[in-house]
Amino acid sequence: MTDMIRPFGTLDRREVVAELLRDREDLLLVTGLGSPTYDAAAVEDHHANFYLWGAMGGAALMGLGLALAQPSRPVLVITGDGEQLMGLGGLATIAVKKPANLSIVVLDNGHYGETGMQTSHTGYGLKLPEVATACGFAESVEIEEMPSVEHLRGQLHGNAPGPRFASVRIAPTSPERILPSRDGVRIKNRFRDHLGPF
Amino acid sequence: MENQAGENQAGENQAANWPDDVYAVFKSQGIQQLVYVPDAGHARLIELAIADPDMQATALTTEEEGIALLAGAWLGGQRGVLLMQSSGVGNCINMLSLTNTCRFPLLTLVTMRGEWAEFNPWQAPMSKATQSSLENMGVQCFRLEDQAEVAQTVDAVATQVFAGDQAAAILLGQKLIGKKEWSR
Repeated sequence: MTDMIRPFGTLDRREVVAELLRDREDLLLVTGLGSPTYDAAAVEDHHANFYLWGAMGGAALMGLGLALAQPSRPVLVITGDGEQLMGLGGLATIAVKKPANLSIVVLDNGHYGETGMQTSHTGYGLKLPEVATACGFAESVEIEEMPSVEHLRGQLHGNAPGPRFASVRIAPTSPERILPSRDGVRIKNRFRDHLGPF
Repeated sequence: MENQAGENQAGENQAANWPDDVYAVFKSQGIQQLVYVPDAGHARLIELAIADPDMQATALTTEEEGIALLAGAWLGGQRGVLLMQSSGVGNCINMLSLTNTCRFPLLTLVTMRGEWAEFNPWQAPMSKATQSSLENMGVQCFRLEDQAEVAQTVDAVATQVFAGDQAAAILLGQKLIGKKEWSR
């Protein structure tokens, strides 16, 4: 059976990420492998960005460790549906720890964009926000329009306690790849130098 | 048992309290996050961590979460430790790419199952593959059989891990932990 690329969301992933990172101030960012990493790099190669190029399923957990270590700073994880699906148990772990400063944003296009746009579980109908709600996230939303993205951007810097989960339904497109450094040691030390000294 | 002749009472007491001694080492090494999938051999350490207001104790659904979580903690300036049993090592393999590629420090204590007086054969395959799997992914292993050596080894290995961005596992032999007791 041919796996057609079905319409999913309509939002432009680059516009969504640019809005989430607007006037980011002291926000710390972890990006999941693939397009979310390129989307963040397309906005700015900020020293408080940590880009994953592998470790699939680990982005949200990396955000948890960082959020627990830096409770006074907002921590944002931007990842894809496929990446988050590989670490569903991590949503349970995060919900149990209740880090008030952590937000997980899934750019959900219902497909595995890196590997040829095969349909993911969300494309087959799974609702990640309902999973996050069932796990016990303080807030969990599905977003389909830009004003809701703008509202979410405000919440990242607000006082309402997290953890917060959002699935942003984006169009299944593959914009130009903006590649940040793949040198993990360098990106790690750059991040720590920016945040520290430790 | 293999207590050497001449081992004094103080030595035996010290050995029996090895988890408390190890926890004191965690504190003196500045460890602020302890993440775990439970094992009977880690029960006392987990209990101490949960009771400690200055320690973030995080229960995981699977061990690989701990690899990613501790990398995030390090990014944020904190040291952590992962507690798991040998069966959990297999769950960590690809996530150790993160540790390896980015040279994140990793300190993990692994209680061994599937060896000394193990009644459950399902524990055996991963037990036999534990050390080689870790080494294949770039994690140095230190195997212990004597309770009296645990705390000092954790201290030495933690220094090497956090001062030098190294990845290391301390494998606690099932003989050291004691055979798993089953009740109906």
